[in-house]
Amino acid sequence: MAFKIIASQCTQCGACEFECPSNAIELKGEKYVIDPKKCTECKGVFEIQQCASVCPMPKTCVPA
Amino acid sequence: MDSATWEKIKDHPCFSEEAHHYFARMHVAVAPACNIQCNYCNRKYDCANESRPGVVSEKLTPDQALRKVVAVANEVPQLSVLGIAGPGDACYDWNKTRATFERVASEIPDIKLCISTNGLALPEHVDKLAEMNVSHVTITINMVDPAVGEKIYPWIFYGHRRYTGVDAAKILHEQQMLGLEMLTARGILTKINSVMIPGVNDLHLIEVNKWVKERGAFLHNVMPLISDPAHGTSFGLTGQRGPNALELKALHDRLEGGAKLMRHCRQCRADAVGLLGTDRGQEFTLDHVPLEPHYDGAKRQAYREVVARIRDDHLEAKEKAIATVASANIRGSLQVAVATKGGGRINEHFGHAKEFQVYEASQTGIKFVGHRKVEPYCHGGWGEDAALAGIIAALDGIDIVLCARIGDCPKERLMEAGIRATDTYGYDYIEAAISALHATEFGTAPSQATA
Repeated sequence: MAFKIIASQCTQCGACEFECPSNAIELKGEKYVIDPKKCTECKGVFEIQQCASVCPMPKTCVPA
Repeated sequence: MDSATWEKIKDHPCFSEEAHHYFARMHVAVAPACNIQCNYCNRKYDCANESRPGVVSEKLTPDQALRKVVAVANEVPQLSVLGIAGPGDACYDWNKTRATFERVASEIPDIKLCISTNGLALPEHVDKLAEMNVSHVTITINMVDPAVGEKIYPWIFYGHRRYTGVDAAKILHEQQMLGLEMLTARGILTKINSVMIPGVNDLHLIEVNKWVKERGAFLHNVMPLISDPAHGTSFGLTGQRGPNALELKALHDRLEGGAKLMRHCRQCRADAVGLLGTDRGQEFTLDHVPLEPHYDGAKRQAYREVVARIRDDHLEAKEKAIATVASANIRGSLQVAVATKGGGRINEHFGHAKEFQVYEASQTGIKFVGHRKVEPYCHGGWGEDAALAGIIAALDGIDIVLCARIGDCPKERLMEAGIRATDTYGYDYIEAAISALHATEFGTAPSQATA
């Protein structure tokens, strides 16, 4: 499983990028994208998914 | 004020009301990520015409920021301060803040570095801020009671998790106080920004003022909430209103005697460029900036020499004017609105003014009390009636308007609304003109000093 970012709602603040413990998030062109191969949903590292937890926009960083 | 403190603030427009007539700041939007949510903030929308903290048109990488700072430094001689003030938090988005400051400081060593932060991640970076010679820090503190904070902050992100409610506000409060104390201990000047939210924290800000004064805050800036449904902020959508100019002034007056107040804030955008009250940001968007500008400090150097020469003259005239008004010992007070482009003089045309600076002449002397934003009366050479109606409304409570030039038509319309306007004192120093005006008004000119 992985998380994804709903690009139309994303403000591109980039907080998720530097909170992600797996380096799974990067800015590709005009949007932030989560690499599903790298995303671990923070299992074993943090109790709560860091990207969704830090995201300022409701329902923008969600389970894929 | 001791001379060491004066040295620190004399060319920082935000930390010194006097300096803001001469010096300019620029903000670079390199730190878009934020670790808290505030009910008055929404980072999703931008409009070039909107003057609102947190709003920017383009986010920059540290390299792009360096390009922009060099280009502005070459063109804007008044530039003295580089700030990072959002749209996110300069301490949370730390790597970008640090990289930007390091690059700019090596290129332009004499520029003052300044950040604005919510304080949550501040304590962990105070030592590095001191090491990088960041001389001025602004912390936004809206409460010292988490029960009040809960109404302003829906959540914070701290220690890898999201906190809500009173828990969130309590952590934020503790970090803010700790950060402020740490900065004071290192001799870094702090300004506290507070957003006045009627019915939520307005009277509570009296308590905030006491707390921050005790912890060494240099300046307290109480700003009105900007709230409009079109901005899409939580407060905008729930109909929470901002205070009007008179409510804000009443709170400012109650805070007199506590931590020193900042009254000349313009609540500028997080990518503003230029003197306070003007924003030249649109002239310096990335597509207007050379790819590899080379820093040329000649204009800034020449300007500083001019300011050093004229400043003492201005200060002397100002002090004399204030003393004259105070010694006249008149009970009544005079509310004066001034159109100015800077330099401490009445040098803006009425029709071109985007704001009026408000001064009060009273028994205590001449005091700057704030400013009123307006839509300029003249668009492309002729006046617009709708704009004039807006200006008259914005000048509520003003006795006299001073400007460099004014036409007969707007002058008459102002008079009908009970506001006098004159260009008699055009290009004079502001305080000297107000002093002369005060003497005429109350009949205390030396030749007829009977009152």
